[in-house]
Amino acid sequence: MESKLIAAKSEPLWNTNNKVISIVCALVVLLFTLPLFGLNSFYLHLFIMIFMHAVMAQSWNVIAGFSGQISLGHGAFFGIGAYATSFFYMQYGITPWISIFFGMFISGIFAILIGIPMLRLSGHYFAIATLLIGISFQVVFQRWDLVGAASGLWVTMTPEDSWIALQFHSSKVPYYYVFLIFFLITFFVVWLLSRSKLGYRLRAVRDDPQAALSLCINVSNYKIIAYVISAMIMAPMGSLFAQYILIIDPDRVFNIEISIIVLLITVLGGIGNVWGPIIGASILIPISEYSRIYLGGTGGAVDLIFYGLILMIICIFRPNGLISFIPKDILERKKQR
Amino acid sequence: MKILSVENLSRSFGGIKANDNISFDVEQGTILGIIGPNGAGKSTLFDLITGYTKADNGKVQFFEKNIFGLSPDKISNLGVGRTFQKLKPFADQTLLENVMIGAFVKEKNIKRARDKALEIIDFVDLVEKRHHFAKELSTGQRKRLEMARAMAIEPKLLLMDEVTGGVDQKTIPGLVELIKKLKKTGVTIITIEHNINIIMEISDNVLALDQGQRIAFGPPKEIQKNKQVIDAYLGTFDAA
Repeated sequence: MESKLIAAKSEPLWNTNNKVISIVCALVVLLFTLPLFGLNSFYLHLFIMIFMHAVMAQSWNVIAGFSGQISLGHGAFFGIGAYATSFFYMQYGITPWISIFFGMFISGIFAILIGIPMLRLSGHYFAIATLLIGISFQVVFQRWDLVGAASGLWVTMTPEDSWIALQFHSSKVPYYYVFLIFFLITFFVVWLLSRSKLGYRLRAVRDDPQAALSLCINVSNYKIIAYVISAMIMAPMGSLFAQYILIIDPDRVFNIEISIIVLLITVLGGIGNVWGPIIGASILIPISEYSRIYLGGTGGAVDLIFYGLILMIICIFRPNGLISFIPKDILERKKQR
Repeated sequence: MKILSVENLSRSFGGIKANDNISFDVEQGTILGIIGPNGAGKSTLFDLITGYTKADNGKVQFFEKNIFGLSPDKISNLGVGRTFQKLKPFADQTLLENVMIGAFVKEKNIKRARDKALEIIDFVDLVEKRHHFAKELSTGQRKRLEMARAMAIEPKLLLMDEVTGGVDQKTIPGLVELIKKLKKTGVTIITIEHNINIIMEISDNVLALDQGQRIAFGPPKEIQKNKQVIDAYLGTFDAA
């Protein structure tokens, strides 16, 4: 009896599978060296979109996958991030490197303001409320003259590539690295979060809020914390996207599609799992881009039908997402029989 | 020393008085058993004490501090643990993770919280199941999980709702032994039980409820002889 306990205590806290670590390290190195092989701008764009959507999906994963609150208005935080950098740069000449944090901060504040009343609502009602909030942001920005109303903001172009203004006209490679670094940082942070006390408590809130209360967990506060973290992950992607395309308008950055795609990516990859959004984005974004090329265009929405079909198949046959193809004990916790 | 003092606690749902002026005290280090037929208001009483349901009126004092009207997380933070009649394990997490979430209340360091959780899991005799997901455990094991999880917050008072309910006969003696072992650690226990023999065996005092009202309170031997209790509960129990 005693020896079983001693054996259990001597186990490492986490299952560190050396193979997985080496594969991840190799992939990271590969991602850093990829542009050196002279990728053309389409592939650079593809990777940038994968990084960006993976982070956006990870943001959604924090609120929905970790704390169990389905948000359908996450595009709002993307839009706030996009407008924050563009607006402060155009009005006050503040470098995006600083206003990225403004965007995060403002998103965090809105997450608190929205979260306090809304996260008291249970399940579906929170989803509906956030859906409407997402749409209201779009409506407000379409009519707000200070930020260009419906025509949006056309970011003043620098004559040359500039790291300070975070604008690159001659090549997509700098954007590639900026997005890649944000992608890696975000995943590291969320990976740490999932293993922290906070991560444990959020999963408790998700699995059973009533039981969580009996363990001294203030359920509403933890939901708000998750919502704020989630919003603050989303905003920088809006900021970087604005720097990437340099023309933003409410229809693009507050589009309901943003709120939906983060959900689709996460569900496809595996909700509640740190790796889910990476896998989801790596598969869905190329499919989306390629189907747009080959099936979209003037043909209308055939690409979207194709897209929907894949998701239906996943939902029916792999409700836990593509991550469920990988045995659990390889990636996550150790389970011994 | 009185650990819990309940005075005139009442709660109605619509026209039904689920708890009607319930009063009783619990001495530190003892086991209070609560009995009563289905619908007597036992679980409601638990929910009122732990803040899951707001009482209409009354007074609840824990170590002479008024806890009436506090939210469940605040009450648990003061040292009141509980389990649930309808089990509420964190189903998609392992037994160890379930207990660790409780252990984090007193222990911030992950490694130490893990070790503490393991000790408690060892106490409830489930070490070899530690990496099993809660949803894979049997009902009896999930009852132990809930006890372990509640113990992990180091409660001074532990409320257990039907520990032996819904498990097979072979499992019951082990759970009863566990309650006795738990009492030896010094924690005060209030337990709801349908099995009258168990209540008589483990309790220092028994509170009998019927239709939301307190019909008797006292040591098990007195309760056994109480006419109201026999009429309301034991009589039908024996006949059944």
